[in-house]
Amino acid sequence: MSKDIRIKKGLDLKLKGNAEKLVSVVSRSKVYAINPSDFHGMTPKMVVKEGVKVKAGEIIFYSKNDESVKFVSPVSGTIQEITRGDKRVILQILITADSQDIHLEHSKKNPKDLTSQEVKEQLLASGCWPFINQRPYDVIANSADTPKAIFVSAFASAPLAADVDFVLENKTEAFQAGIDALAKLTSGKVHLSVKGKGKAAIENVSGASIHKVYGPHPAGNVGVQISKIDPINAGDRVWTVAPQDVAIIGEFFLTGKFNASKTIALSGSEVKDPQYYTIISGAQINDLVDGKIKGDNVRIISGDIFTGNKVAYKGFLGFYSNTVTVIPEGDQYRMFGWMPFASPSIHSAQRTGLSWLMPGKKYAPNTNLNGEERALVVTGEMENVMPLDIYPMQLLKACIANDIDKMENLGIYEVAPEDFALIDYTNTSKLEAQVIIRKALNLMIKEVG
Amino acid sequence: MKFLRDKIDQIKKPFGKGEKFEKFAPAINALDTFLYVPNHTTHKGAHIRDAVDLKRTMITVILALVPALIFGMYNAGLQHFSQIEGSDMTFMPLFLFGLWKILPMIIVSYGVGLAIEFVFAIYRGHEVNEGYLVTGLLIPMIMPIDLPLWMLALSVVFAVVIGKEAFGGTGMNILNPALVARAFAFFAYPTFMSGDKVWVADATTVDGISGETILGKLAAGKEVGYNTMDMFGGYIPGSVAETSTLWILVGAAILIITGVASWRIIVSGFIGAAIMALGFEAWGANALMNFGLNHLVVGGLAFGVVFMATDPVSGAQTNTGKVIYGFLIGVFGILIRVFNPAYPEGIMLAILLLNVFAPTIDHYVIQSNVNRRKKRAAVNQLKTV
Repeated sequence: MSKDIRIKKGLDLKLKGNAEKLVSVVSRSKVYAINPSDFHGMTPKMVVKEGVKVKAGEIIFYSKNDESVKFVSPVSGTIQEITRGDKRVILQILITADSQDIHLEHSKKNPKDLTSQEVKEQLLASGCWPFINQRPYDVIANSADTPKAIFVSAFASAPLAADVDFVLENKTEAFQAGIDALAKLTSGKVHLSVKGKGKAAIENVSGASIHKVYGPHPAGNVGVQISKIDPINAGDRVWTVAPQDVAIIGEFFLTGKFNASKTIALSGSEVKDPQYYTIISGAQINDLVDGKIKGDNVRIISGDIFTGNKVAYKGFLGFYSNTVTVIPEGDQYRMFGWMPFASPSIHSAQRTGLSWLMPGKKYAPNTNLNGEERALVVTGEMENVMPLDIYPMQLLKACIANDIDKMENLGIYEVAPEDFALIDYTNTSKLEAQVIIRKALNLMIKEVG
Repeated sequence: MKFLRDKIDQIKKPFGKGEKFEKFAPAINALDTFLYVPNHTTHKGAHIRDAVDLKRTMITVILALVPALIFGMYNAGLQHFSQIEGSDMTFMPLFLFGLWKILPMIIVSYGVGLAIEFVFAIYRGHEVNEGYLVTGLLIPMIMPIDLPLWMLALSVVFAVVIGKEAFGGTGMNILNPALVARAFAFFAYPTFMSGDKVWVADATTVDGISGETILGKLAAGKEVGYNTMDMFGGYIPGSVAETSTLWILVGAAILIITGVASWRIIVSGFIGAAIMALGFEAWGANALMNFGLNHLVVGGLAFGVVFMATDPVSGAQTNTGKVIYGFLIGVFGILIRVFNPAYPEGIMLAILLLNVFAPTIDHYVIQSNVNRRKKRAAVNQLKTV
């Protein structure tokens, strides 16, 4: 069964530095890292100590709030260091990698033959559970819940993001096994959304309800698709899994091993010959980007240009990242840059710039804020890039005011920070909408749960 | 260019963090950011940002005001010299006469208003918002040309302090600050804001043709004495830049094409006024009613609907709300004109009234979204039970 989803509001930003469809393997890093900050609201409780040897797939720490959720090592090696910050908060766990991985072996199983409880136990024990996220709140799913439905968006609509069809090209078997496993976890359906244009291999997957999605970014955001397929109401729980993570889950059932390697896009205007690479989650960034960066003053982003995290040259690839984007840092002044129609080399979604007259032009934006933060004055612009049935400005104001009742009424349960990424980008007042939504969601977790 | 940048950085040094004049940083920053878009980079959220900022948006509004302002200057000369028998002048001298009269008003408005904005920015420790760049130009454009400068200055003080800063500054005000200035002057100095002597420069010194506005004449039961094209073109007495519907519509086109002002408010405003004017014409009890669609091209209606009602802060904020809000401004504007002879011009009061009701309109629009959400949740609950 296929149901079409058509999105009108949004923005497809055309940027320079799209990754060419070629895959190379990145040489093995000496050190890998797990950053607990990749998992919102999770407090780690360590299982291993510094100096201990671990296999790939062996548990490193678990979540304090939900002890059955375990986090495992992406590689085999030795725990080199556990970095702590204020109040002994764990910032990073560094693992010195062995030259070759020895995996912790689980037994191979066909998820179709298992009960829902058995699938759950397997996922929790293997370290695959953190791939499953929950809406509302956009956090790791609670292992005690049974979700109303599970959503997988196989359409990455963000600019320069890794193409899902390409990344999953040789992983259809694993992907199918992953979908089979997920189908056991919900009382409802597994919904798989694919890019409307073209025909992807994963469309032949069985056991999932397939939706074709048309329209500009953020059409690929799973939250936008949920709102069109089966909107979230107060009290509902739905789960979301990223497509490549579905394949990792599937591979675990097929082989009995947790394999943290994935195919990512290295893209952006500052990358020489942007293309795809196979890399293990948590790898050191410099092993990926060495010799491939053009300028000296660049920003490396683990994730896409709208929602990713800034990482240092010696930083590490994020747990959920499928893209590494490199763009120029913008610390230049621009004389009279505020004049209408000035600086045509910088894209503007507003018609006070020239971009709307040059729809085919590709841009190479830097990280300049292109202005200063101001009071919220302009109205109507946020609605243009918000396909969800909510009032974005009013919701943001309720979030700033910590008004929980109002936030509930205006649809806080339906949103994740990524849905506000385009508002970050386009709004005239340079408001940090994603940060505001993340804070509000954290408040909701604390107050409502 | 590098030299200039370095020079500015050097000047700004004592205003930096922890330095001697840190408190005054907003003032110097406001001047600096006028020359340069600053080098601030993104830290959180999206890593790249749109080229637009509030300065660009506000300057676009000012560009849209320029045609009406230039015509207003020309018309000031035209109205003044047309009183004097036998004077026949070309565009330039008439324009220069208007410039000579109006430029001081603009300087006073910007000088006084920006000074207050700077003081509040320093006091509150935030950057100077660009909103006053537009307000400061709007205020002289909607005043009678002969308004004494000290009254103008006082109106500006009232508008900025009571109309805006008292509510928390830019983005928080309930009423349009420029209209607050006009309303203040209107009620504080009525003799300078209405009647037949204030709309034409130096009218009191010249004994001659009356300088009343069209609406004033209609209310007093006199002959209008202008044809529709004259009124549409703006060759009539009135506030500084409100007379020419033609050039105001050019401004409206700029605002709508650039997307800076809401076309919903502008279009629905004119529609509301037209429906009301036609309705009254059908009734036809007095001269003001019989004026029909001519209402749309006289007085402050066009200027109000295009430049005042579209203020995003004091207007309705939802798209549906904007349509209702604009429509009601048109309706009430004509209603007040026709039914309240004490105020021959109703647009100012109509916009101020709807400014007050805009949050209520938005509330009901948003409430329908909230109800939809609640209903969906209720239906869902029934299904699972």
